[in-house]
Amino acid sequence: MTVKVNRFKCGYCGACVSVCPPGALELIETWIEVDETCTDCGICAKICPVGALEVPK
Amino acid sequence: MKDRYDVIVVGAGPGGSMTAKTAANAGLDVLLIEKRQQIGDPVRCAEGVNKKYLKEYIQPDPAWISAEVKGSKIYAPDGAMVEMSEEIAGAEVGYVLERKVFDRALARDAALAGAEVMVKTRATGLLMEDGFVKGIKAEHMDEKYNIRADIVVGADGVESKVGRWAGIDTTLKPKDICTCAQYLMTDIEIDTDFCEFYVGQKIAPLGYVWVFPKGNNMANVGIGITGHMSGEVRAKELLDDFVLKRYPGGKVIEFIVGGVPICGTIERTVANGLMLVGDAARQSDPVTGGGIFNSMWAGDIAGKVAANAIKHSDVSAEFLQEYETKWRVGLGRDLDMSLVVKERFTRLTDDELNTLGHSLEGIDLGNTTLIGLLWALFKANKKLLWDLRGIFKGIKDLEMESSVEVNS
Ligand SMILES: Cc1cc2nc3c(=O)[nH]c(=O)nc-3n(C[C@H](O)[C@H](O)[C@H](O)COP(=O)(O)OP(=O)(O)OC[C@H]3O[C@@H](n4cnc5c(N)ncnc54)[C@H](O)[C@@H]3O)c2cc1C
Ligand code: SF4
Ligand code: SF4
Repeated sequence: MTVKVNRFKCGYCGACVSVCPPGALELIETWIEVDETCTDCGICAKICPVGALEVPK
Repeated sequence: MKDRYDVIVVGAGPGGSMTAKTAANAGLDVLLIEKRQQIGDPVRCAEGVNKKYLKEYIQPDPAWISAEVKGSKIYAPDGAMVEMSEEIAGAEVGYVLERKVFDRALARDAALAGAEVMVKTRATGLLMEDGFVKGIKAEHMDEKYNIRADIVVGADGVESKVGRWAGIDTTLKPKDICTCAQYLMTDIEIDTDFCEFYVGQKIAPLGYVWVFPKGNNMANVGIGITGHMSGEVRAKELLDDFVLKRYPGGKVIEFIVGGVPICGTIERTVANGLMLVGDAARQSDPVTGGGIFNSMWAGDIAGKVAANAIKHSDVSAEFLQEYETKWRVGLGRDLDMSLVVKERFTRLTDDELNTLGHSLEGIDLGNTTLIGLLWALFKANKKLLWDLRGIFKGIKDLEMESSVEVNS
């Protein structure tokens, strides 16, 4: 349950938040937070336009 | 900030500000909250909008109009071009806006109409009682607040949580989101009279590139691809490829990313004490990705329905259904049609796109509507576009495409 957010790449657009099935992501001002409901499904990482998210293998 | 209002609107994008303005004008006590400290920034938009429709809601102001265009040019992979006047280009050309200024002007209008506006204030949950939404939980400057209201409007954009909190599943599947990257570029050769679109599976898998003139030798150059095509390659990389080929000497002076819902109509946008507006209600167009006008139009309806509901002391989902019905009548068919068009067009190979591009060569499209253009394409390419036949049903006088009314 630890999607890694690369804050140096993220453009804080909120696209990842909209696809997360359990609603584990939140866009707060200029950063993304992940909570413990994340299931490591990887959908957010797939759709991020810049590749700022990574699901550790 | 007070501890109770008639209506709380979450999100000060075009949808939220229009809702707040209309509700305040109707005499309601309105709070409009925005989690960012600066409304409208960073922009997540190519900023094209139909000026005719827009004028119904806001007085045009040069401060937020970057450029005016006459229409659109769509380029097939081999360069075949289809030109559309502003009329047929539908909702997304006419003005190219400066959304940072535009969004703020809309929020100002809401404030001047009497709404209280709070920035840097984020909704973190809903107050629920007996199955009714009764207000929001919010955070402002690291303090937590409970703020009560008879109606909460979720206008919280693509990343909307308000619907989910009320039990409406608005989660987008990868194929239901267009993932985008855009540069504001300068020092490039552009056609200042037209918005340009480039289609093709190589250029933009299941999506397209756009070039929207911004005036003063600038343009929004962006790309959107369907979410399920993203991963191996991403919007940003594809944009870099395009820019390198098309505008090798161009200079980038701004970079933005974003996601647009392209899922078409969702099942439900109201609950007891709650309405969803704009991208939060997935009201953006599945083909054009346009959502500025749709969100404003829907916000205006939501504001009026809120006023009516409060006057009748009935904020139940049944009463708020009036909003749902009205927006579906006005917009639902367009979104559904766009979804069919999207499903078909995104499956076309580059060769097929070239065929379509060439099929209209020499045909004067005049001032036909979007459906008229589709009809012309359909007539010339029946086999390729057979899946689209359903969208022309119920439209009379198909041969007189210019008289067909489409409310896009
Ligand atoms: C790359 C790109 C290009 C586009 N190009 C066009 C175009 O050319 N023409 C067009 O018409 N449309 C375009 N769109 C779509 C358009 O930008 C949206 O449809 C439009 O902004 C929707 O308005 P809205 O008010 O519903 O949501 P938004 O404008 O997204 O506003 C939502 C607001 O809610 C705030 N918010 C979210 N959560 C909370 C919370 N919990 N608490 C408080 N505030 C919150 C957000 O910060 C945001 O300011 C484009 C979109 C993208 C991504
Ligand atoms: S989709 Fe990517 S760029 Fe956008 S907010 Fe999420 S991590 Fe950041
Ligand atoms: S990996 Fe899946 S569950 Fe985890 S944050 Fe991303 S989308 Fe949500």
